[in-house]
Amino acid sequence: MLHTVNKSPFEKNSLDTCLRLAKSGSEILLLEDGVYAAVKGTVVEQKMLQALSDYSVYALGPDLKARGIEEDRLIDGIEVVGYDGFVDLAASSDRVQSWL
Amino acid sequence: MKFGILVNEGPYQHQASDTAFNFTKAALDKGHEIVRVFFYHDGVNNGTRLTTPPQDDRNIVNRWGELAKEYELDLVVCVAAAQRRGIVDADEAKRHGKDADNIAEGFHISGLGQLIEMGIKADRVMAFGD
Amino acid sequence: MGNGVKKFMYVNRRAPYGTIYALEGLEVVLIGAAFDQDVCMAFVDDGVFQLQKGQDTAESNMKNFSPTYRALGDYDVNKLYVEKESLEQRGMSEDDLLALTYEDEDDDYKEKPSIRIVNREELADLMEQQDIILNY
Repeated sequence: MLHTVNKSPFEKNSLDTCLRLAKSGSEILLLEDGVYAAVKGTVVEQKMLQALSDYSVYALGPDLKARGIEEDRLIDGIEVVGYDGFVDLAASSDRVQSWL
Repeated sequence: MKFGILVNEGPYQHQASDTAFNFTKAALDKGHEIVRVFFYHDGVNNGTRLTTPPQDDRNIVNRWGELAKEYELDLVVCVAAAQRRGIVDADEAKRHGKDADNIAEGFHISGLGQLIEMGIKADRVMAFGD
Repeated sequence: MGNGVKKFMYVNRRAPYGTIYALEGLEVVLIGAAFDQDVCMAFVDDGVFQLQKGQDTAESNMKNFSPTYRALGDYDVNKLYVEKESLEQRGMSEDDLLALTYEDEDDDYKEKPSIRIVNREELADLMEQQDIILNY
C-alpha cells in the first residue's frame, strides 16, 4: 500500500498518523511540504530513521528542488522519485492512501 | 491501469492542483488511462474561466482545459460544492436566476455520484488536497 | 471483489465547523450509499470530534450537520470505526460520542450500534482490506 504525506512534519501531524497506521512493508511518498521530513539533522530525523526500518520511503524530486533541498541533505535510504516514479509507485501498490 | 484523480483544493492557494496536474500528465505519458478528474471542496475553483493570473505565472485553469482537450479528459466539477462557491455553467445560471456563468472550457458540472462512479471504474483513486 | 462491489473507506481526520471538510465529506458518503458499494467510515485524529454529542450551532450561526450522522444507519452505512488512540489523546471516550445505531436486517432488524472503537492495529488491518480510501 502506498501512503502519501504532503504536510510539513513541523506543522501538522499527518506524518505521525501515517506512521501510526501504515503496515510494515508499505511505501511512503513524501511530497509538497511533506518533503521537509526527508532532510537530515532535523528533530524528526530519528523518527524517519525508525520509519526506514519498517517502510520504503520516497521523496518527490521536483518538490525537493522547488524548496532548495539538495539530495545530499537527505536522510540515507530515502529514494528520490519524479512524477513518473510517483505514477509507478501508485500503479504497483495494491491501494493508495493520501494523508491529506 | 485506470486512475481517478480527485482535486480538493483551489488553484494557487495550495499546491494540490499542480501536483494533480503533474501526476495526471505523467500517468498519461506512461500510457495509463485517466477515468476522470473530479474537483471537490474548494477544488471547484479550478473550473472558473474568470481566473486571470499574472503574465509570468502558469494558468492553472487553462492548463487543465488544454490537457483535457488533448487527451479527451472528463473534468467534472461537483455541483453541490460549486453552488456554494459560485461556480456555475449556463444551465445552472438559468436554473438559479443568476446573471452570468463562469465555467471554464473543458470542465463540466455534475453530481457527486460521478466521484463514486470514478472510484468504481478506476483501479486507483489519487486524492490531492490540503 | 465479487459482483463489482468495491470496498470504500472514508477517513475523517478533521474537526467539524472549523473547515468544511467534515460536512462535504459526509455528503459524499450519503450520495455514495446509493451505489450499493461496501462502505465504511474511519474517524482518526480530530475526525473523532465530528461524532461529539451535544453539538449546538445556534449561537455561531452555522449549519449543525451532526444530526445527519444519525441518518447514516438508514443508508446502510453502519461501520463507523473510531480509533481508540485518537479518542484517548483527546481525553475522550465512547460516552462522549453520538449514540449511532442501525437496524440489522440479517438479525430480525435488531437495533445495533454503528460506532466501533478499534485500536491502531485493527484500523491498519481494515485499511489494507479496502479498494478505495478517501481521506478528508
